Amino acid sequence: MGQVLIRLDQVSVSYGRVEAVHSVSLSVAPGQIVSVIGPNGAGKTTLLSATMGLLRARGGLEFLGENIREWPVEQRVAAGLVLVPERRELFADMGVEDNLLLGAFQRYLKRDRRINSTLDEVYTRFPRLKERRVQLAGTLSGGERQMLALGRALMGKPTLLMLDEPSLGLAPIIVREIFHILAGLRQDGVSILLVEQNARAALQVSDYGYVLETGEVALHGQSDELAQDQRVAASYLGAARKGNP
Amino acid sequence: MRRARLLVALAGLALLALAPLLLPAYYVTLANYIGLYSMVALGLVLLTGVAGQTSFGQAAFVGLGAYTTAFLTTAYGLSPWLALGVGLLGTALIAWGIGFITLRMGGHYFPLATIAWGISLFFLFGTVPELGGFTGLTGIQALSIFGLPLRDERVFYLLIWGAALASLWATHNLLDSRAGRAIRALKTGQAMAESFGVNAGRLKMVVFIYAAMLACVSGWLYAHLQRFVNPTPFSINMGIEYLFMAVLGGAGSVWGAVLGATLITVIKQVLQDWLPQLLGRSGQFEVIVFGMLMVIMLQRAREGIIPFVLALWRRRQAPGGEVPEGAELPRRPHLPAGEPLLEVDQARKTFGGLVAVNDLKFTMQSGEILGLIGPNGAGKTTMFNLITGALPLTSGRIRYRGTPIEKLEPWDIARLGIGRTFQHVRLIQTMSVLDNVALGAHLRGRAGVLRASLALDTEEETRLRHEAARQIRRVGLTEQMFENSGSLPLGKQRIVEIARALAADPQLLLLDEPAAGLRYLEKQALAELLRALRTEGLSILLVEHDMDFVMGLTDRLVVMEFGQKLAEGLPAEVQGNPAVIEAYLGGV
Amino acid sequence: MDFQIAALLAQDGLTNGAIYALLALALVLVFGVTRVIFVPQGEFVAFGALTLAALQMGKTPGTVWLLLGMTLAAAVLESYRCGRAGTWRRWPREMLVLAAFPLAVALASYFLAPLQLPLWAQVLLTFCIITPMGPLLYRLAFQPVAEASVLVLLILAVAIHFVFVGLGLFLFGAEGSRTPPFGSGGFEALGVNVSNQALWVYAVSSALIVALYLFFGRTIFGKALRATAMNRVGARLIGASPNFAGRLTFTLAAALGAASGVLIGPITTVYYDSGFLIGLKGFVGAIIGGLVSYPIAALGALLVGLLESYASFWASAYKEIIVFTLIIPVLLWRSLTTTHHEEEE
Repeated sequence: MGQVLIRLDQVSVSYGRVEAVHSVSLSVAPGQIVSVIGPNGAGKTTLLSATMGLLRARGGLEFLGENIREWPVEQRVAAGLVLVPERRELFADMGVEDNLLLGAFQRYLKRDRRINSTLDEVYTRFPRLKERRVQLAGTLSGGERQMLALGRALMGKPTLLMLDEPSLGLAPIIVREIFHILAGLRQDGVSILLVEQNARAALQVSDYGYVLETGEVALHGQSDELAQDQRVAASYLGAARKGNP
Repeated sequence: MRRARLLVALAGLALLALAPLLLPAYYVTLANYIGLYSMVALGLVLLTGVAGQTSFGQAAFVGLGAYTTAFLTTAYGLSPWLALGVGLLGTALIAWGIGFITLRMGGHYFPLATIAWGISLFFLFGTVPELGGFTGLTGIQALSIFGLPLRDERVFYLLIWGAALASLWATHNLLDSRAGRAIRALKTGQAMAESFGVNAGRLKMVVFIYAAMLACVSGWLYAHLQRFVNPTPFSINMGIEYLFMAVLGGAGSVWGAVLGATLITVIKQVLQDWLPQLLGRSGQFEVIVFGMLMVIMLQRAREGIIPFVLALWRRRQAPGGEVPEGAELPRRPHLPAGEPLLEVDQARKTFGGLVAVNDLKFTMQSGEILGLIGPNGAGKTTMFNLITGALPLTSGRIRYRGTPIEKLEPWDIARLGIGRTFQHVRLIQTMSVLDNVALGAHLRGRAGVLRASLALDTEEETRLRHEAARQIRRVGLTEQMFENSGSLPLGKQRIVEIARALAADPQLLLLDEPAAGLRYLEKQALAELLRALRTEGLSILLVEHDMDFVMGLTDRLVVMEFGQKLAEGLPAEVQGNPAVIEAYLGGV
Repeated sequence: MDFQIAALLAQDGLTNGAIYALLALALVLVFGVTRVIFVPQGEFVAFGALTLAALQMGKTPGTVWLLLGMTLAAAVLESYRCGRAGTWRRWPREMLVLAAFPLAVALASYFLAPLQLPLWAQVLLTFCIITPMGPLLYRLAFQPVAEASVLVLLILAVAIHFVFVGLGLFLFGAEGSRTPPFGSGGFEALGVNVSNQALWVYAVSSALIVALYLFFGRTIFGKALRATAMNRVGARLIGASPNFAGRLTFTLAAALGAASGVLIGPITTVYYDSGFLIGLKGFVGAIIGGLVSYPIAALGALLVGLLESYASFWASAYKEIIVFTLIIPVLLWRSLTTTHHEEEE
């Protein structure tokens, strides 16, 4: 295998005594979009939280060749690993622009001078955010919140962007817009690890896919091949479906 | 085994009774204080450790007991025993008043309120002229029993420890009863307890008053032991020390109160002797050590000392016990199949701007298993909470067997025969599986706090536990019956939840993701059990994500998305429905 | 009561209220960021006042020893952590960061105290002694249990209050101190005597509130603290660690405590245990603001000051009882208007 941005090697995650993710291995190469799909409760969010350092993981966790398993969250952020969580976790009582600027907090600590140019880039990518720069984040619509969460993550200049269910709770037209933006990000060389329940959209935008089922990788392969696989549908709607026309 | 235990207990009692004859006066005094403090700490074990209501204000209740008797016996020459009655009554009333206002406060507001009224009452003791201001009241008469005055500390000792042991015994009984199980649920599982018929608000009040009355008795004894009172021992600082005692000993156990009171009292004595010498000046420096001790405790061993001791004990002793045998409890009549059971009509629930359940309408008949499915965030669990009364409806109506239930409290809905499990397992982790399941049968018993603390509930308790054991065997957890529910794997905990719901003898069972975390064979066993229950006439409403499980088990399905009904019908129809496929797999 | 008396009482009430407001702001800040209901904030106030008083008498204040003790404890803890994690390479730097400032301050106090410095220098020194105790305290007591429930943190805070009161007695003795006023005299306006001391209090309090406002509104660190208070997970995800936020918050709280202490010193005699009641009054204000809103907390604190002032005129014996009973309806109102989630336990 050539270059690898992040490599998870037999990673397991537990809540107390309960293991939610069992020895999952996956990797993302630079410039790739990799999707992790699977039904509710399969452990997708848990996997991302552990990769980000919000939960403790067992197994191997390497980012840019370094073992990051014991690193605190802020060190991972500083190294370029950024997560857009399922619940967005915006700063509701702050304006859009403050939310964005805070996305670059670790860069402020490193006295990075190009933060303002990143802000301009984000505004170019999301013109709607620029229109609402002083509006409070808590008053945004669902789609705008997702864009703000994405924009805040991009302010950190991520090497690997991790997205948890970016389509959750959004109307189909907004989902299309979000996935369009993801495709655009890949064009610009951002690598993405995407967790989605919306299997079809995720497989269409990604290069490679993993199907997670009850905490384990049930299937993986090139996205276009997975999209044709009967077993993917079965893992969502039940195997009984196979017998039906 | 049992006899050996009894012998040890008797020997301990004898030793305790003879102690004042053997010990020097100094130690008798110390032991008297330990006894007095233990009673207050015991109330806190129940209130804070078990029921989860942190109080910094117990010293004020001790003050109420002390000042009532001091005032009534000096100003009116009332008999101390009558004054005890008045004190208990007054304390109960005042506690009721304070509790009425403050107990409904959630989270950290209640403990802050205890600081506030703790300080207010303290200043009141020191300010009201009739109570002698900050110098207090002197010349309180000695207690006498049958005309024999108790002037000797060594005799008083017997009275104090008699009272302390009686409160320990009563509290121990209480915790090990129907009411006790409900009290234990107040801390982490209030909503759960309510769905099994516990009126949590009322129960908290009872516990609060119980703790206040223990403090009052302690104060009454204190006043007659000292023969004078002033406000100092009833200050907020003392209230904090009482809390430290309970936390240090182990706020989850009655023995924690005695241990904590003993440790704090002894350490305080020792420190008061040598700290001023060490530091070269006089003052109450022991608080420095107490504070640091607490900081370290909270950082390292939040549960207190007793759990450590118990853990050592348990390591040598496998969990076990006898399966209680008792007469069967009466059951609800079977419902004939095919009657309208549950009618949900335009049910709506909004959280702020978010519509979680959007005018949902469906009906369910007796004897069927109805599946409620849909993607994440579709509003299925919210719908469960609306049916069981855990959340109020924004609009719409729900009828159960023709009765409107949308305005009822959860405990009243439970009474009608609706039992449920929870998506996030809500067992009392520190209680055995048997006790957890017995909590489900709460409404099938009647014994209250008083009967329980006097151990007059044995027969009923045996029947409840027998029923719980029966349900545990039925779901196949016989071997885990006496284990702590928290030590079970999550899948098994979900099965315990089902057993608990069954112990309530419901006619309608609501299961929220019962198969999550189960292995293949366990899922099959669960499906088998649910089919058997259906044959017995039980109706089941099921939320589940494992589609194999759902498709094979349910009679009908209702599919939700964005809070609305997306489809309804037989499992095979629903599986082929394009809208459902899109909802689950997504579209582009 | 005529207008004169009413106005004088109002002036008294507002003066105390302005100081309570500083406390209330610190309490809202600490609670928002760390979820700690910071009962010992009052002890920072008492320490601030007593430290300044000691400096004015030309003595090395006892708080210097406390500062050194806390630094030593933190150093031991940090060394232990380094040892366990095997990161000895970073040890010298860690120690330097930890101990350099406290040591410098201790030395400075030791040598400068007898020199009868001008007032402003003494005040500055007081700040330098008290402020570093904030982050040290966070590191020693709260950081190890930062994820515990609000109730555990509250009991912890009460425990620390005990420790500080005991230490206060040891370090300063049982006698109270009163520092001389910043400005003597005053002037007459509308027939009412306005004291210069009161003006000082208003001016300093207002200036500090404006400074806080600018800090939170304009600087990235202030924004990061607000972000942590609003959404802890979100703050972690942008790389603002809870430890960082906790230490910064406690630094600010200690500094505000020192400021309150310096201001209250000339108004009332401060004893080693005066902090508790003063702090609790700030609390009433903070709770009126729901432990969330800064402006309402500040207004609430002013209200407490006024209430206390008028209560002491009509029913001076019942002053404390009135103030602390008032808190209960406020708590009730607050707890009924906020929603609770059992899951948070």
